[in-house]
Amino acid sequence: MSTPSGIGSENYSLTVNGRSHDVKDSWIGESLLYVLRERLGLPGAKGACEQGECGSCTVVVDGRAVCSCLVLAASVVDTSIVTVEGLGDGGRLSDVQQAFLDCGGVQCGFCTPGFIVAVHHLLESVPDPDDHQIREALSGNICSCTGYGRILEAVQQVAVARRSK
Amino acid sequence: MNTTNTIAPPRPGTLGTDASRPDGVAKVQGGFAFSSDMWAENMLWGATLRSPHPYARIVSIDTTAAWKIAGVEAIITADDVPGLATYGLIMQDQPVFARVGDTVRYTGEPVAAVAADHPETCKRALAAIRVEYEVLPPVLDPETCIDGTAPVIHPDGNVLRHQRIVSGDPTVTGDVVVEGLYEVGMQDQAFLGLEAALALPDPGGTGVELYIATQWLHEDRKQIAACLGLPEDKVRLVLGGVGGAFGAREDISLQVHTCLLALRTSRPVRIAYGREESFYGHVHRHPAKIWMRHHADRSGRLVKVESRMVFDGGAYCSTSPAVLINAITHTQGPYKCDNAVVEGWALRTNNPPCGAMRGFGVVQACFAHESQMDKLAAACGVDPVRIRLLNAMQTGDRLITGQIVDSVAPVAECIRETAAIPLPPDMEADPNVLDLPGGSGRTADRHHIKRGVGWGVSIKNLMYSEGFDDYSTARCRIDDGVVTLKFATAEVGQGFVMLAQQIARTVLGVDEVLLDTIDTQVGSAGSSSASRQTWMSGGAVDAACRAARDELFKMVAADNGLDPSRLAIDGTDIVEVGGSFRRPVVQAARGKRVDETREYHHQPTEDLDENGQGNCHVAFAFVAHRAVVDVDIELGLVKVVQVATAQDVGRVLNPKSCVGQVEGGIAQGLGLAVMEEIVVQDGRVRNPSFTDYLLPTFLDAPQVDVVFVEEFEPKSPLGAKGVGEPPCISVTPAIANAIRQATGRDLPRVPVRPSDICL
Repeated sequence: MSTPSGIGSENYSLTVNGRSHDVKDSWIGESLLYVLRERLGLPGAKGACEQGECGSCTVVVDGRAVCSCLVLAASVVDTSIVTVEGLGDGGRLSDVQQAFLDCGGVQCGFCTPGFIVAVHHLLESVPDPDDHQIREALSGNICSCTGYGRILEAVQQVAVARRSK
Repeated sequence: MNTTNTIAPPRPGTLGTDASRPDGVAKVQGGFAFSSDMWAENMLWGATLRSPHPYARIVSIDTTAAWKIAGVEAIITADDVPGLATYGLIMQDQPVFARVGDTVRYTGEPVAAVAADHPETCKRALAAIRVEYEVLPPVLDPETCIDGTAPVIHPDGNVLRHQRIVSGDPTVTGDVVVEGLYEVGMQDQAFLGLEAALALPDPGGTGVELYIATQWLHEDRKQIAACLGLPEDKVRLVLGGVGGAFGAREDISLQVHTCLLALRTSRPVRIAYGREESFYGHVHRHPAKIWMRHHADRSGRLVKVESRMVFDGGAYCSTSPAVLINAITHTQGPYKCDNAVVEGWALRTNNPPCGAMRGFGVVQACFAHESQMDKLAAACGVDPVRIRLLNAMQTGDRLITGQIVDSVAPVAECIRETAAIPLPPDMEADPNVLDLPGGSGRTADRHHIKRGVGWGVSIKNLMYSEGFDDYSTARCRIDDGVVTLKFATAEVGQGFVMLAQQIARTVLGVDEVLLDTIDTQVGSAGSSSASRQTWMSGGAVDAACRAARDELFKMVAADNGLDPSRLAIDGTDIVEVGGSFRRPVVQAARGKRVDETREYHHQPTEDLDENGQGNCHVAFAFVAHRAVVDVDIELGLVKVVQVATAQDVGRVLNPKSCVGQVEGGIAQGLGLAVMEEIVVQDGRVRNPSFTDYLLPTFLDAPQVDVVFVEEFEPKSPLGAKGVGEPPCISVTPAIANAIRQATGRDLPRVPVRPSDICL
């Protein structure tokens, strides 16, 4: 990333997926979404509305699921940030990721990373959600392809599997 | 237990199974590269300056102040377009940039573009460009283009297409006559993956490579090369990951701008639209006004249909003429009707340009004819299912265009199968508030809620029409036992990459199938639209694989002293029919090279004559929908409880994918029924954001119960029909009819707004 001429030169570091990353010569107005994607080489979070309406950019900051398009990157130094790239285990798929594939929850896939992060977050706070809880918790993530049916099935499948463990 | 007739289940990953998406792992891990994720060393950002007026003459453009901003590397206008100044799918009527002295014709029309070192620098540069406009009164009412009172706003005139259909006896009348004037609002495709592209210039500016999310690489290339003034072979397109399409990526948006900036700066350039810009950057579903009058005998059997359709095409042509023809040729719906008088207009206004969206004109026609069928049922004292069954089209019936329906046409079966799906239980005495209209707003009062049930049935043409040869190409290589497929078919989320592998596994008896890059280094695949890729590119991949298999058989036969015509694939083996030879394909292909490319063409079609007669369509698919809604009649809020559907698919090639297409299409049709509308006022979009343009969320999605009607389509290379468009077509009127039943309201317009119900 080239240094933008004349619009600032902020330096700070972010902790993403357990690793510290230096952000150099940046513009102070950059969102967390922009910095993750364009400066840190983590394109998993997607931008689709820039207004916190679609959830495609969902990441977890200090245990809270947030829309990274609405967060200034420079405001989350000294926090722990988890993106879709930080889920799963050393390249192995997480149960949620596997269930999305098994159930047909992925079509174009643009909303998928945001959904994966949101579902992990849901199941950590509500391990055994009913359908209403699933629908309400994920109603901030828009999908234009699937009509949500296969995604619902994927979340149900993970919840059932985790319960029987 | 009968063991003699056991049919072995298909091998995993072959046709008919829930194969896995080859791009699935990358997509769930966040590593799949969408076009907005493309990046190159030394890359610049591009951005587009757009007109704030729907109709205005450009007096001057002054870029002096913008050039003084540090980090700005290029500013280009119409004067910097070296080739053709305009582009378009049917007419080349849309300027790359509006020119000084000429006019902008819609709010959001590109005027200039910049390249700079940071998106924020781009924004500041755009703000610093001074454009002086002489604002003109816009043409906003398409009717004024018909009666000639509107000023002509384009050298090609204000009528994009006018076509009549006169069928049978236009003077005949029926004992029962019902009519209505219907309106469909402007819907957005609202794909999640915004427009984005990365252009890499060749050294010396002799060519360019473009990574682009599109529906049809070769058509894009043709238009881009013409505008750049380069030969087509100097413009290489590679499919960047596509985050949904739904018709919105058929037209040129940022392609030419991105290439021009890259060639100008000799550096890689990426343009990525934001959501607001996307609302201006692509065409939308046509808003339409449709008058229909149905004549029937007393039993409800159709005698004649009359219609007048007016489609607002907006400022530029895009695919408006084809959308209009689709609409008027589907006036009768999936019903037998011998007599018709139909007139259709697609018109040019200063509203946002409209073009392709899932359903392509048939959505608008279907809303009108299915609203009419309920009116006719009421007028004849017949129930809505009975009237549809009574008139259901069959194979061999003649359409109002004179064309004979030679596709399988299980219309009655779709209706019966849908009717057999159980209705949802009545609302509980103490329902979860999330299940009520208004949902998490928690506004609903149980006592104000009424339930309604409504029907919609539709017919949809498959592939392109009116003489267009939208062929597809595929290449199959077997190299030392490794099978690789190459095609230019745009994977937009529908899963063609998965289907292609299924075909190869089935035909060639291998489990591993590699996919080459999707780009313009192979022949055209046509567009990922019109529910056509399973049939067309599926046909091409199937043909290439069969050709490769036959070549392999010849080699194996020669090696082993066999007759190649007696070799066959059995599972993953090559076997000699009636003989003892059996060898795994992978082993038999070791050390051998086969390379076969095939084109698949559908049967030719023809133009309509002046009376709208002609075999203009290739094939048809059918679907029935039944919607159950709960309506809060005080607040005008609607909750779609269940959609039951039976769809004519020919043959299910991938069950999970088919269900996904159906559920997704139903959500999109639900959106048009009750919430999705681009509100245009005085030629300006009032709601260009996901805050104000409402899409169905997880809480809005109904229970969907699906039945696939599988009647093998002999015309289709795989026996299958396209599954993409039908789900979104008749679900919209099914929901509207259900709301009508619940409320007793006429509701001639979709989306149905709260005020339409309760005021």
